[in-house]
Amino acid sequence: MTIPAFLILLACQLAGDLLRHTLALPIPGPVIGMSILTVVLVFRAERTTSKSSTVIGLERTAETLIRNMGLLFVPAGVGIITEMGALRLQWLPMAAGLIGSTLLSLLATGLVMHWSIHRRAAGRSAVVPQATERTRAKA
Amino acid sequence: MQVSWLIVTLGAYILGDALQRACGGSALANPVLAAIILVASIVVVSGTDYKVFATQTQFVSFLLGPATVALAVPLARSVWLVWENLLGVGLAVLAGSISSIGSGIGLVWLFGGSRTIALAMAPKAATTPIAVAVSSQVGGVPALTAALAILGGILAAALGRKLLTMLKIDDWRAHGLAAGIAGSGIAAAQVAGRNELGAAFAALGIGLNGLIIGLIAPAFVQLWK
Repeated sequence: MTIPAFLILLACQLAGDLLRHTLALPIPGPVIGMSILTVVLVFRAERTTSKSSTVIGLERTAETLIRNMGLLFVPAGVGIITEMGALRLQWLPMAAGLIGSTLLSLLATGLVMHWSIHRRAAGRSAVVPQATERTRAKA
Repeated sequence: MQVSWLIVTLGAYILGDALQRACGGSALANPVLAAIILVASIVVVSGTDYKVFATQTQFVSFLLGPATVALAVPLARSVWLVWENLLGVGLAVLAGSISSIGSGIGLVWLFGGSRTIALAMAPKAATTPIAVAVSSQVGGVPALTAALAILGGILAAALGRKLLTMLKIDDWRAHGLAAGIAGSGIAAAQVAGRNELGAAFAALGIGLNGLIIGLIAPAFVQLWK
């Protein structure tokens, strides 16, 4: 976790927040910030292949944050206790909606993406990166 | 006393992580779910006000912003792969977002839930900050949406890989995108820890899904007046 890296991430978030406010966008600041940083990183990689210490620090910081992202949802998740009343009264429609829509959405996205990859791969023998146990990281 | 809930939260997450390792890395033993159950139990049993807990742990929640921006790193590295699959990604995102909102509202209605619950359910597949913003915009209960977004994320993280593998879908691009769209940050974190290509497509899924849900959830809500 380096300081310049953290500054870059926060600056992108701030830029995203400012854009959201001025243009009244329905997307949160951090997601706009993510798009900004992606564009910057892609243009940088196009112009030079050497990585400065700032970029290396940014990559390491990003990796640490992403690997531990689950922890960051715990406090908001504990907020479920404030909604216990609604959960107790309407648990069935809520469980049905939650489980049904999550599984359907997983299936719809996965199947459409799979279909599109294979339709393309049929034209040329592309190497398909597979989600096998072997490629699992130690995380 | 200022840091006590921060310590409880970090400790619970480490325990949840150890539990998952003890279960051979099974996605069903999700560390986020284990930590939430443990911490919520301690908060309830000790009679602590949620506001006190939230104030003490806001440093952890604050990091969600920079962590979302950090998804740009794997996204930038795989940007050409994303570009190559642009049409497929676009169609997959649309299919995932629309089926999530439509079936969420429809199932709540079918099982006799109230309109308020349906409104809280509609945007829940978006990443938590987006889901909460959309929920308050359409008249749902933001706190309930946050809870549903997190539960949905845990569900997608726990079942997503198995479900797609069962259907012989073995490509990290499809796994990553599906995780980002159906389970936002939590399911994305599960994929991102395993594969960089998956992380890139999950990041893309979170961004596009948030955008589409923000745009179409208000329209879907008009169906149930």
